[in-house]
Amino acid sequence: MARIVVVTSGKGGVGKTTTSAAFAAGLARAGHRTAVVDFDVGLRNLDLIMGCERRVVYDFVNVINGEANLNQALIRDKRTQGLSILPASQTRDKDALTFEGVQAVLEGLAEDHDYIVCDSPAGIERGAHLAMYFADDALVVTNPEVSSVRDSDRVLGLLSSKTRRAEQGEDPVQEHLIITRYVPERVGKGEMLSVEDVGEILSIDLLGVIPESSAVLNASNSGVPVILEEQTDAGQAYDDVVARYLGQQREHRFITEKKGLFGRLFKG
Amino acid sequence: MGASAPGAAFELKGRMATLSVLRVLNADTNAVLVQLDARLAQAPGFFDGMPLVIAPGQSVALDTPALVALVSGLKARGLTPVAVADLSSEQAAEAGLGLLRNLDAPSPKAASARPTSDSPSAYQPTRVVTTPVRSGQQIYARGGDLVITAAVSAGAEVMADGHIHIYGSLRGRALAGVQGDVNARIFCRSLHAELVAVAGHYRLSEQMDAELIDGPVMIALQGDDLQLSAV
Repeated sequence: MARIVVVTSGKGGVGKTTTSAAFAAGLARAGHRTAVVDFDVGLRNLDLIMGCERRVVYDFVNVINGEANLNQALIRDKRTQGLSILPASQTRDKDALTFEGVQAVLEGLAEDHDYIVCDSPAGIERGAHLAMYFADDALVVTNPEVSSVRDSDRVLGLLSSKTRRAEQGEDPVQEHLIITRYVPERVGKGEMLSVEDVGEILSIDLLGVIPESSAVLNASNSGVPVILEEQTDAGQAYDDVVARYLGQQREHRFITEKKGLFGRLFKG
Repeated sequence: MGASAPGAAFELKGRMATLSVLRVLNADTNAVLVQLDARLAQAPGFFDGMPLVIAPGQSVALDTPALVALVSGLKARGLTPVAVADLSSEQAAEAGLGLLRNLDAPSPKAASARPTSDSPSAYQPTRVVTTPVRSGQQIYARGGDLVITAAVSAGAEVMADGHIHIYGSLRGRALAGVQGDVNARIFCRSLHAELVAVAGHYRLSEQMDAELIDGPVMIALQGDDLQLSAV
C-alpha cells in the first residue's frame, strides 16, 4: 500500500514544487519507488524543475479522461532509479480534475509505488483540495513571514477537516512543517520570523529548515532537483528532511547565524 | 457523554440552522401579504414550504390579531412559519408558534429576558477543545462555556453563550456571551487577540493596552464598558 504525501502551503511561491521535486527524488534515492504528481493544472512547473519538460507526451488530465493510460503518461526520471513524474496539463484548468478521476489515478499509482508525492497548487480551491484529500501525510511548506504562516495555518485547518481521513474518522493526516528560504541573519535583525515563532504559531512537528540559497534557483534553472546537488546547503537540508521523514534522527542545521571571521577563529 | 442508553427512543441535540426571517415593516397585514405575493410571483416554487421566523421591525407594533392573520396568510401561500422573535410568549402561543429570543443579540434586555431557573435542564455541558483552532475555523459553544486548551490562530473565531477560557495563545477573535449574557467573561493565558467581545461590546487589538499584550488577561463587561485586566 503506497503512502500518499501532499506538499501544500496555501500561499504561492513558497517552494512547494521545489520541495516536491527534492523530496520525491530523495525518497527514490533511498530505494523507494516514488511517483510525483503535479496537481497544478494550467500552471505546469514540476516538469521544468525535474528537467523532463521535453518528454511530456500525455498528462494527468489525459489519464483522468481516459485518453491515455498511466504508463503512457508517467515519465521515468533518467537520473534517479525508481522515480516517475506525472505532469499536469498546461492547456486545461483545475476543473478538469474530478474526484473520481484523481482517486482512480492515485489507486493506479499505488499498485507499483511506495510513495506518491502530490505537488499541490497554491490556494485552497479545487486543485489544492483534491491534492490533499487522499493524503496520509502532509508537508506544509512555509516561509518565515506572517502571511505565509497564516495561510499555512488555514491549510492545517483544512487538513484536519476536509480530507478523506478526517471525513471517515480515521487517524488524522500526519502534518510536518518545512520552513523554506530561512535566513538566520535576518531573523537576528528581527526582519524575519524565527523557527521558534513559526513553530509556536503552527504547533506541528518541524521536519526541516531549508536555508535561502542560490543553489535552489540554479538547480531549478538546470532542471535538477536540488537534493541531488549534494555540495549545497539547500541540497543537504532536503537530504536531512527525507532522512527524518524516513525515521532517522538528525540534528537541525542552517538555523543559526554563520559565524564571522572572528567567530570562526575563536570557535575553539 | 451524549451516548444514548440502549433502546433510547430519542435524542435531543442542539443544531445550527439557517432560517429566513420575515421582518414585518408594516403593521397592516394585508399590505405585507400583497407585497409578498409580488415577491413570490418572481420566483414560483422557490419559497415552497420555506420555514420562516416572523419578527416585527423596529417601532412596528404587531398585535395578536394581526399576527394570527399573517400566519394564516403565510400558510395559505405555502410557507411554513415556525417561530416568532421579539414578541411576547403569549403572542407566540396564540399564533401557535415557537418563540426565539434575542434574534439580534446582543441587546441589554437579553440578560433579564433569560429563562428563570425553574427549568431543571438549564445546565449545558462546557465544550472542551484540545486541538489548535486554525485560521478560518469557527467554534461556537451554544448555550454554555467554551474551554480551549490549545492556541486560537489569527483569523480563527471562537464564540460561546457563556464564558471562554483559552489556555494557549489567543491570536484570533473571541466572543463571549453572544446571546447577550453581559456577565460572560473571556480568560486567556496569552493575549494577542484581533478582537474580543462580550455581549456585543467589542475591542480591537489596536485599542488594547500594550502592557497587557502577551500576558494573561481577563475580559469582562462593567456596565457598557469592556474591561481588560491582567490576571
